[in-house]
Amino acid sequence: MTKAITVAGLHKSFGRTHALDGLDLAVEAGEVHGFLGPNGAGKSTTIRVLLGLLRADSGAAQLLGRDPWANAVELHRHVAYVPGDVTLWRNLSGGEVIDLYGRLRGGRLDRSRRHDLIERFELDPTKKGRTYSKGNRQKVALVAAFASDVDVLILDEPTSGLDPLMEEVFQSCVEEERDRGRTVLLSSHILSEVESLCDRVSIIRRGRTVETGSLAELRHLTRTSVTAELAGPPNGLAQLPGVYDVALHEIEGSQGHRVKLQVDTDKLDAVLRSLTESGVRSLISTPPTLEELFLRHYTGAEEEAVTR
Amino acid sequence: MTTMAVRGHGSGQLAGTAALLRLALRRDRVMIPVWSVALGALVASGAGTLEKVYRTAAERADVAHSMNGNGSLRALYGPVFDDSIGGLAAWRFGGFGYVLAAVMSLLIVVRHTREEEETGRQELLSSAMVGRRAPLTSALSAAFVANALVALIITSGLAKSTGDTAGSAALGLTTGAVGMLFAGMAAITAQLTESARLAKGLTGAVLGAAFLLKAAGDTATRDASSVLDWLSPLGWAENVRPYAGERWWALLLIVAAALAQGAAAYVLAGRRDIGMSFVPPRPGPAEGRISTAYGLARRLQRGGLIGWTLGFALAGLLFGGMTDGAADLVGDNAQTKEIIQRMGGQSGITDAFLATMAGMLGMLAALYATSSVLRLHSEETGARAEPVLAASVSRVRWAAGHLVMAFGGAALIMVVGGLGLAAGYGREPGPILGAALVQLPAIWALAGLAVLLFGAFPKLAQAALGAVGLCLALGWIGPALNLPQAVLDVSPFGHLPKLPGPEMAWTPVVLLTVVAAVLVGAGLGALRRRDIAG
Repeated sequence: MTKAITVAGLHKSFGRTHALDGLDLAVEAGEVHGFLGPNGAGKSTTIRVLLGLLRADSGAAQLLGRDPWANAVELHRHVAYVPGDVTLWRNLSGGEVIDLYGRLRGGRLDRSRRHDLIERFELDPTKKGRTYSKGNRQKVALVAAFASDVDVLILDEPTSGLDPLMEEVFQSCVEEERDRGRTVLLSSHILSEVESLCDRVSIIRRGRTVETGSLAELRHLTRTSVTAELAGPPNGLAQLPGVYDVALHEIEGSQGHRVKLQVDTDKLDAVLRSLTESGVRSLISTPPTLEELFLRHYTGAEEEAVTR
Repeated sequence: MTTMAVRGHGSGQLAGTAALLRLALRRDRVMIPVWSVALGALVASGAGTLEKVYRTAAERADVAHSMNGNGSLRALYGPVFDDSIGGLAAWRFGGFGYVLAAVMSLLIVVRHTREEEETGRQELLSSAMVGRRAPLTSALSAAFVANALVALIITSGLAKSTGDTAGSAALGLTTGAVGMLFAGMAAITAQLTESARLAKGLTGAVLGAAFLLKAAGDTATRDASSVLDWLSPLGWAENVRPYAGERWWALLLIVAAALAQGAAAYVLAGRRDIGMSFVPPRPGPAEGRISTAYGLARRLQRGGLIGWTLGFALAGLLFGGMTDGAADLVGDNAQTKEIIQRMGGQSGITDAFLATMAGMLGMLAALYATSSVLRLHSEETGARAEPVLAASVSRVRWAAGHLVMAFGGAALIMVVGGLGLAAGYGREPGPILGAALVQLPAIWALAGLAVLLFGAFPKLAQAALGAVGLCLALGWIGPALNLPQAVLDVSPFGHLPKLPGPEMAWTPVVLLTVVAAVLVGAGLGALRRRDIAG
């Protein structure tokens, strides 16, 4: 598969702030790639480097196989961008802005799709700049992006401000884009959105990529919690590799024991063997939720920030 | 179910004013001191400066006599009411100080009222313990602090150097009062429009109209008693007559007008919702026709350019109409001749007057061109440039759209202003149009400086307006101060031939055009290489 976006060892500083500290990112052509990380982790900076708006201090960034800094104008014919906070001109109507962006991207705005999108997003294109609410300003940029005939969509927290119904419309639009073979880089904090849309995700923290892969792969890297009732005492559970926080209780009035533990998901097999040796009466195994997966990375960042 | 009740604290309309004022003064901790001290010190040092130029009482009487005899100088500075050193200082620096105090005040008030609402910051502030009248009150209070500082510096500085406390107080208080009058005016326009830019523009237009009326009135009469003077707040200020038997009632007139405007602003503010104005926004077209970066720039700057064009047409007509009257009143005096030579050339007082007026229009056009270039800066810092540059638009193409409006627009308003001058004067338009167009290289050079600052040092971009202000000051009050030529040469306008009188000199015109082109090229080159703010 070809890569739509490759970023390797990207560094970018603003004065004394190191926004990007050796960031890596690879987005396959045709996939929806989730781009996650706590506030200030460097997501928008990466996106702005990919758009050729910022020049990286060092490292390589490629969009559709080319350097975005040197080839910004040509590349932007193939890219539509939606910022997280859309600002419009006060005296231009939403419809004018949609058409302007379409033409500035090379004049290939699909009229019927534009019409269709305005209806689906329930947008009034005759209102002017400041009279739009935050969500409606966001819709203006989304309609302009989805109606453009481009290869790559770069969406920076595009649904902040959309109501749940519009969130659904947004998700179906992204799915249509994927079905048409387009590549989407989606920066988002909305986990349900990431879970239902993204083929793969990259999690970044303090300017560095800490995790990348499909959601299934990422889940695999985290711990599963296991609660079991055993017929006899467990045998050497705590000594198994990848096992943490073992808690053991004898159950009153029987020979049984209740055991609770956390285990790295890829070490689950050995734990189950050990448990069955003691005779399993009941077993509850809970895979990590997406929230736990992200919180592990996000809170880690906070602790580091505090100790700094 | 219970209902939560909040106990009332009296009216509460002004709640939070003190906190907002502290915020305003904190945000303006550089702007207010710099403006107040620079403006106050300029006027306050006037007596000392003039004492060096006009050493004896006879010289001062002479200059007062001849200045009063010349209509074009009266249009700029107003009549001399008294030939004491204080009287001359009030004449020479007073008008300049009034205009600067007005500009400072309108910037402060709009910045803390409409600009806060436009950016949405006021909404967050107003959701806290902030009364409905608190934002306006704190903005006017900030303007009051700045103007009080100006009045204090002028009064104390001049009282020391002239020994005339009453006259100095009259000049200082009048400067502060004019500032507050335009603070009140800005408070009203900030209620009437949803755009901070437009509120500043409207107040600036009122200030320009006030200046034109005063200038026309001063040309028509020798003692500022024309009806036109009484139609202009700047004419009232002139009629306070510091150091010449102060007319305190004229000062009271200004104060009363400032208070009335402030009160009107409160009434208007009480009748509208936050963020809104009285003109409901009209719906726009559902489909757009703008298809290029230039089209966007033209659309964004069109309204401003139309306003400037109308203003220049009016100013040209008015100045042109004053020309004959100005020439009739010439004093036959070496001192005047010398000053007029420096301002407008020697070949006849009519030509000199026309050259002076063309030069004034040129400096105002530089203000237009520079603020038009700085639209690039506000587009960038307002995060509206980013999505345009994320489309298939190169940075140079994006900037060029706005530069066409800045450089071409300056040419347009100079043509219109020149034609206005010619029409008002009623003679052949060719030479007068030439006098207007010869200003363009200097205008472009200043606008080019703005392009360079925006491209290479975007944080300093606003300093370009300061450079235009400096050139205005040099052109306005420089010639009578015997400043060294090296200082006067800082302004590109000082190098231009004083058409329509003398021969056309091509060298400075070509050189300044080249300088402008180099500055623009360097600015665009730097823009291509730097990061875009988001």
